[in-house]
Amino acid sequence: MAQLTCQKLCVGYDGKPVLKDLDFEIFAGDYLCIVGENGSGKSTLMKTILGLQMPISGRILTGDGLRKNEIGYLPQQTVVQKDFPASVREIVLSGCQGRCGSRPFYNKEEKQLAAETMDKMQITQLAKRCYRTLSGGQQQRVLLARALCATRKMLLLDEPVSGLDPKVTAEMYALIQKLNYEDGITVVMISHDLNAALQYASHILHIGDRVFFGTKAAYLNEFPQAWQKGGGAQ
Amino acid sequence: MTAIFEKLAFYWTYPFVRYALIVGVLIALCSSLLGVTLVLKRFSFIGDGLSHVAFGAMAVAAVLGLTDDMPLTLGVTVVCAVLLLRTGQNTKIKGDAAIAMISVGALAIGYLLMNLFSTSSNLSGDVCSTLFGSTSILTLSKSEVWLCAGLSVVVVAVFLLYYNKIFAVTFDEDFAKAVGTKADLYNLLLAVIVAVVIVLAMNLVGSLLISALVIFPALSAMRLFQNFRSVTVCSAILSVSCAVLGILVSILAGTPVGSTIVAVDILAFLVCSALGRARGGETG
Repeated sequence: MAQLTCQKLCVGYDGKPVLKDLDFEIFAGDYLCIVGENGSGKSTLMKTILGLQMPISGRILTGDGLRKNEIGYLPQQTVVQKDFPASVREIVLSGCQGRCGSRPFYNKEEKQLAAETMDKMQITQLAKRCYRTLSGGQQQRVLLARALCATRKMLLLDEPVSGLDPKVTAEMYALIQKLNYEDGITVVMISHDLNAALQYASHILHIGDRVFFGTKAAYLNEFPQAWQKGGGAQ
Repeated sequence: MTAIFEKLAFYWTYPFVRYALIVGVLIALCSSLLGVTLVLKRFSFIGDGLSHVAFGAMAVAAVLGLTDDMPLTLGVTVVCAVLLLRTGQNTKIKGDAAIAMISVGALAIGYLLMNLFSTSSNLSGDVCSTLFGSTSILTLSKSEVWLCAGLSVVVVAVFLLYYNKIFAVTFDEDFAKAVGTKADLYNLLLAVIVAVVIVLAMNLVGSLLISALVIFPALSAMRLFQNFRSVTVCSAILSVSCAVLGILVSILAGTPVGSTIVAVDILAFLVCSALGRARGGETG
């Protein structure tokens, strides 16, 4: 059974659809890249999957033991966060919020979990540092650690490498791939970088004038020019 | 020096001085706790806007001849706070513009109503004391002190209980919602508390200076500390000490209470900025 199924999904703002009739399924362990032009509705789709906004029509179903609030989310940076006085530990721990329910404080297991995830993301030595003083790559690791505190099953990443330099970008991709391979975490990633999408993803969802969903091989069959385009861009 | 202490001891025997200190400390504490969140959420001016709304509501209450204007003022302010804080992302009028609009509108309507229907002979004096709170903190009754103490306890308790959730929602509302935190509920809760604190604080500093109580301690604390917990604690301590100092100075020097407290807050901010810069220079 699929972890996430979208049936005849139609998403948009204020009743105006941006994307119509999307049908796709994501299974445990998949690595799905969502690619498409700016303004094609990638972020809107992701927000709808996360339940931050209602679909205009159609359904989103979760299954295979995945609950709606067990999707870890790595958002794009917001203006508020740029000068927010918060330590790395405080932010990572806030990923456990979903486990707390209405309990006001974090318990021992949650603190332990936060410590383990920080270790895994190699940011333990930064635990007391202030988030706004970190480099772009370090900040993304912190947000990734927070997302991992929220889930062991599925990660949604919204342009995780935007604004990072090539070396840090490669590290970030390797880290995400490791989570996918070793921990079996399903990855759904919005990306501008078609090249990386074709390198790492198992499935591609292409949205825009032409909508496509399928495995990477099927995508290359359908859009043979994509490979050259991706390669040419580098 | 002993003369000052003698003078203070003399004033301490008056209940209105004790009431003023108690209420001053409580309001300073509550407003500083909320201030950190409000400043970070880019709602620094909500204190100003809502206090003008409260001013307008008080004017309406006066015109209607209500003897106790608290319920009406509180009700109207809560409604406006909820409306303002929920205008987060997808509204036609953005946050700062909405606050400015409501603030100026309520001020104008309030003054207009007071002018048209007032029975008082000293209208500008009334308006001045409502806006600048020149004397009201020194004329508190025992029941008002109890009311203020009760509401402050509620505000502090709610803040402590929901501290982690408030942090999560302030730092990243989308993420908090995605993992199942009821962000809208906590925003609503925050709006109600903010309204309660502002209606309380009007007695202390008047409606014009409430923003200062909300933003100065938070901004000062942010100059010194780099994590949310320290900033919150520091802002509370700073706010309370500035309020106590301000009230004492105003009693000794005979200056208006509200403006004196704000002047002390400004001084504290300058000191914290200098300290923060000095420290920033050392650690890079």
